[in-house]
Amino acid sequence: MSRRPYIRKVERNWFLSQRRYTLYMTRELTSLFVLLYCVFLTLGVVRLSQGQAAWDGFVTTASSPLGVIFQLVCLGFAAFHSVTWFAVTPKAMPLMIKGEPVPDKTIIAVHYALWAAVSAVVLIAAGV
Amino acid sequence: MSETITLEVLRYNPETDSEPHFQSFVVPYHEDWVVLDALNHVKDHIDSTLSYRWSCHMAVCGSCGLIINGEPKLGCHAFVRDYRGGVIKIEPLDHFPIERDLVIVMDDFIEKLSSVKPYVIVKEEKPVSEGEYIQTPAQLKVFKQYTQCINCMLCYAACPQYAMNEGFVGPAALALAHRYNMDSRDCGKDERAEVVASNEGIWECTFVGACSEVCPKHVDPAAAIQQTKIAASLDWFKALLLPGGKK
Repeated sequence: MSRRPYIRKVERNWFLSQRRYTLYMTRELTSLFVLLYCVFLTLGVVRLSQGQAAWDGFVTTASSPLGVIFQLVCLGFAAFHSVTWFAVTPKAMPLMIKGEPVPDKTIIAVHYALWAAVSAVVLIAAGV
Repeated sequence: MSETITLEVLRYNPETDSEPHFQSFVVPYHEDWVVLDALNHVKDHIDSTLSYRWSCHMAVCGSCGLIINGEPKLGCHAFVRDYRGGVIKIEPLDHFPIERDLVIVMDDFIEKLSSVKPYVIVKEEKPVSEGEYIQTPAQLKVFKQYTQCINCMLCYAACPQYAMNEGFVGPAALALAHRYNMDSRDCGKDERAEVVASNEGIWECTFVGACSEVCPKHVDPAAAIQQTKIAASLDWFKALLLPGGKK
């Protein structure tokens, strides 16, 4: 009797086969929008360094309907990115205090609190 | 006629089949049956050629891992009643070659498991007269959940990274490496790092998290791998920044 193991191929659309894979791929996809927004911000800094007229042009583009839609889409994806990553932080950073594990909810809550605090600092610094 | 339930089982006979195909079996429905009981019924009463692995029937031996309606599960851990009124589709574990019917070839997993040296490595063996290697309950608590792995390979069947990159060491082996690295009696971390911190080790994992979702023993390999990534990064920084830290 001879052995003849059969190897099944992975389907090209494997990430549609299960909800958890689709969510994972969505999370991965969000990083693309985070990158796009970083490029957008960097462009803003470059335009700022080129003087008032260049900066005003950038602000006009950013406040145009297309610019606002772009930023809203990026914000949506960035929020999904952050929320899904905060949800898994207890796995990556389990804490033990006095020999007892810190509850997952607490670790996640601290991340949200830090997020809010950093955002507040940025908003205050920006004079909002 | 008493109630029945239909199983659709993936069959593959390497001597006669060019590729696997599904075969249906109608078995009696019992409230207290698990899928493994249904397979045993087929084997005992309908078709004795059906091949599958099993042993303990109590989620301890890790032999009966299957894909049941698309989900990696232990055959002894999946109740038939949860599929009542439907069809139970039973396939061998994904991402492994099929030896025959529901039996997969697990050589790759076994090699990877042994490559991470999943045992306590001490600096120097001490004679029995010097007593045990002492460990406190608090030290045990740090890694206890990772000791629960039964090598059932459900995590490998759930991992898309393993499916697409056969070099990936994989969830269970990396979780066990973490288990021994965290053991207060162990000094083998550097020996394991060669495999664990290699490109095909922890860094191949992109934190899909499916391994932890399907684990029947709540080992949480995804957590183990992310923690190993953090530890490996800290080691790298220490080696880079501290005087005399470079090896």
